[in-house]
Amino acid sequence: MAKMTLEELRKLRDQKQGEMQKRDIEGKDSRIVIGMGTCGIAAGAKPVLDAFLAALEEKHIDNVSVTQTGCMGLCYVEPTIEVIVPGMPDVIYGKVDAATARKIVEQHIIGKQLVTDHMFDRPAADIIKKDGGK
Amino acid sequence: MHICIDDYLLDIVQNSFEAASTRVELVLDETESKLKCLIRDNGKGMDAGVQKRVLDPFYSDGVKHTKRKVGLGLPFLSQACEACQGTFALHSEVGVGTTVEFSFNLGHLDAPPMGNLVSTFVALLSHPLAKELVIRRTVSTRKGTSTYTLSKEELEEVLGSLSTSGVLNLLREYIHSQEEEVMTYHVEPKMQSETRRTQQEM
Repeated sequence: MAKMTLEELRKLRDQKQGEMQKRDIEGKDSRIVIGMGTCGIAAGAKPVLDAFLAALEEKHIDNVSVTQTGCMGLCYVEPTIEVIVPGMPDVIYGKVDAATARKIVEQHIIGKQLVTDHMFDRPAADIIKKDGGK
Repeated sequence: MHICIDDYLLDIVQNSFEAASTRVELVLDETESKLKCLIRDNGKGMDAGVQKRVLDPFYSDGVKHTKRKVGLGLPFLSQACEACQGTFALHSEVGVGTTVEFSFNLGHLDAPPMGNLVSTFVALLSHPLAKELVIRRTVSTRKGTSTYTLSKEELEEVLGSLSTSGVLNLLREYIHSQEEEVMTYHVEPKMQSETRRTQQEM
């Protein structure tokens, strides 16, 4: 790929936006927040961010907000991420790797089902396993 | 503990964002043997007392996490630079900002691998606390010199807010094309023999 100019990037965006409008509103108002503190980075939060972006691109979902925060206080199960999908409980997933990220996109964002074996915080305490099922 | 150089960069640039900076610069100058890095912000800065203590892993200002007694970002970085006989320097002034300047001796046995700069730049540019971030990356070797510059304000002017998956994937593609170009000038560092420190030196 040749080095892109800002003008070419602008054209690519316009072209993508046209495609996006035709598509379903699958990820609308959904948010993925990745814990990117020292603990998260050390445990591999960056490859997880990559995996989320790749999985969302593969499923042609362009409208999920992907953002970062610092440590969420669960350093022992990093990388941790929070997923907020309208109509579903907010969930903090822990011990997330690239494969889990893919699973969260397919099962939680698209399928609207919780990925129970990586849940560490939020819904009723009886659903959450102390070690996230690991 | 971080594995790659890009992990340290991601960690330390975030400090600048959290120090209420409106403009942060990350400058990376790579040669065949060295990677020189500079992170400069116009954030709140640190007084002399704090500057003395930030390299102590058991020091934290206790503001972000009130009960925490460790702060590992800068201690990890200075240790990694020292391990490969690189350099580390911190300059800061309250109300003016902070500059962290450091280098890695890439041919040293204990130099960390570079990691994935494209991902790191995507993460930094899309950080919610980043107002203006300017990244300048230069590779300069016997093959020639090449530079690219990324500015958050400029990229947002083209792409809109750097926050949704579609935009971030476009951003990644753009940065990847810049990185690919400078990497044509990259030369693998020649491993220095006998660079591992002897027991006495340590």
